[in-house]
Amino acid sequence: MGITQILFWFLTALALGSALMVVLSKNPVYSVLFLIVTFFAISGHYVLLNAQFLAIVNIIVYAGAIMVLFLFVIMLMNLNADMNLQKSKLLKFAGFIAGLCLFLVFVAALKDAAIKKSLVQTNTGEIGLIKNLGNTLFKEYVVPFELSSVLFLSAMVGAVVIGKKE
Amino acid sequence: MTLLTIDWVLLTEKLLLVVAIVMISLVIAMYETYAERKVAAYIQDRIGPDRAGPFGILQPMADGLKLFMKEEIIPNTSNKLLFILGPCLAMLTAMMTSAVIPWGSALHFKMFGIDRMVTLQVADINIGILYIFGVVSLGVYGIMIGGWASNNKFSLLAALRGASQMISYELAMGLSLIALLMLTGSLSMKTIVEQQMTQGVWNIVYQPLGFLIFIVCAFAECNRTPFDLAEAENELNFGYHQEYSSMKLGFYLFAEYINMFISSAVMATLFFGGYDIPFFDEAAHIASWGATPVALLTGFVFLIKIAFFIFVFMWVRWTIPRFRYDQLMNLGWKNLIPLALVNMVITGALVLLKQNHWHF
Amino acid sequence: MQALTNRAKPVDRAPMTWVEKLYLWNILKGMLITLRHFFKRKATVKYPEQKRPFSPVFRGLHILNRDEQGRERCTACGLCAVACPAEAITMEAAERKKGEENLYREEKYAARYEINMLRCIFCGLCEEACPKDAIYLSETFAPANFQRQTFIYGKQDLLIPDPVKEPELYAKAVGERGKKN
Repeated sequence: MGITQILFWFLTALALGSALMVVLSKNPVYSVLFLIVTFFAISGHYVLLNAQFLAIVNIIVYAGAIMVLFLFVIMLMNLNADMNLQKSKLLKFAGFIAGLCLFLVFVAALKDAAIKKSLVQTNTGEIGLIKNLGNTLFKEYVVPFELSSVLFLSAMVGAVVIGKKE
Repeated sequence: MTLLTIDWVLLTEKLLLVVAIVMISLVIAMYETYAERKVAAYIQDRIGPDRAGPFGILQPMADGLKLFMKEEIIPNTSNKLLFILGPCLAMLTAMMTSAVIPWGSALHFKMFGIDRMVTLQVADINIGILYIFGVVSLGVYGIMIGGWASNNKFSLLAALRGASQMISYELAMGLSLIALLMLTGSLSMKTIVEQQMTQGVWNIVYQPLGFLIFIVCAFAECNRTPFDLAEAENELNFGYHQEYSSMKLGFYLFAEYINMFISSAVMATLFFGGYDIPFFDEAAHIASWGATPVALLTGFVFLIKIAFFIFVFMWVRWTIPRFRYDQLMNLGWKNLIPLALVNMVITGALVLLKQNHWHF
Repeated sequence: MQALTNRAKPVDRAPMTWVEKLYLWNILKGMLITLRHFFKRKATVKYPEQKRPFSPVFRGLHILNRDEQGRERCTACGLCAVACPAEAITMEAAERKKGEENLYREEKYAARYEINMLRCIFCGLCEEACPKDAIYLSETFAPANFQRQTFIYGKQDLLIPDPVKEPELYAKAVGERGKKN
């Protein structure tokens, strides 16, 4: 077993384990922290695929910004572990069914996907490098990319405007 | 690929480099505390610590010893695991950033039958700047977790303040760097330094506004005055590390100083030529003197640049009073981000014009 | 109101110009001021090594004086205790016996003489009240201590060294003030 394999299995175990802990842990702050660990493990997978840009953007955007906001909200709401939220049986059952449906969709989608040997280009793939990514984004997908960036900018300007009103 | 094919020489080389950089960062952080007190004293017409050793040079040791000897108090109602994790994270993220900074040109190492060039950089990854951003954005967690786990309202308030401040200023920081990246066309720190060396002109000449925005954001990211709202003594007692004592407090304080050191290094690298020595032809001297002395010299010059920026950090701290919180947010969102966007657009237009030989 | 000095500046309430709103220039000015202070002469006195001279009228710890032959001058009249506004002085008188003429100058002397340095306000009224020039205030101040008891100074703490037996110590205790007189 090479070092790449060892890292792969380690990161996989870490990702799955911490993802489970997100759902299972009672304290919501722990949930968020485990979610951050999950993001790290996924970023590690990106690095193994030689997609450094994706890895680091994943960390900056999700772990560095969005999760901080999550943590913010949870800390401000002061949800404690001993505060037992009343969940009805029906709600739990509905959640279970919804999760199962999502799982089915994933399985169905991945079952028919053509899995070639080259899908996982460990260490050698160059798709994730910043140059190739930039070329694809700004040549093939330039219109959707620009549209989405305009969307983001307008969201930001909107937030500033809303903030300014008060 | 098996374990045995790992390049052991490379591994030991990098390991030694990591240990050396960590040690240097710690020692520099220690002496930053000393320098801070001295600079503060001199600006206030005092002498500062001068009792421990000649000129008080052993003061950091005494401070460190004091911190170690202090009683370790973990509040009863705190979340113990996270309470300990907080300072660890702060220290970890502070140290991790130094991995992608090029500390000097390559050493030529010829010993024990090994003949190789040792680059004074732990990892020359092609996303160097983004890596720094990633790690810096994680620095928030040290503050937030520590502040929340203390179970103290002042700590929590300070943690929230600090976190929102850091997120806000990260945006302006990133935008100000995009303009620089348009000019260099690379995210690798080493490439940026080498470009400045071959051009002979530092990036500050092309990007004065970008540098101004960057330095303001760096102050905010390091939680230094005038942006030290997370530890505003007179409003929040002591900020997010109020409940901390002994070396856990020391870790938080140390992390701040290491952050300062690293952000000075980043500023020097991106805008002031990194380890480039002005009016000095490195390539010619490598040929005549050999690589090692030139590498050490460049490393030394880099440290001088860093020391200058650290001094600026302290100088500003003892000059400018703290912002009010709404002023801080106004500056970040309504002034710096639009300014950075304008800077980005202008730089983009100029780069485009230059590529088209100044006409369309 | 008339200005006391010519340094007073009226407050400028004009709205800030665009350059002023940038604050950059003002920040730079402030930084230059602090930089100038960086190179200024420092006001610090390194205390145990350097000492600032006392003023000639400084009133420090009390000293019970002796005359040239080394005899105690105090006659335990109690005027100092009466004069003391803080009531810090306590004394007990005793009569001089035969053979003690070389110890005490007057026929009556203070067997016990205590000053509570925590009560004392160092006003110097005892010095002024004394008809025999037996007590005066020196140029030292009371050292810090952990126990309140130690601040009640007895005779052995207050008496000046004997000028005949210990002339160096006596000269040191008299200090600058003695040389002037």
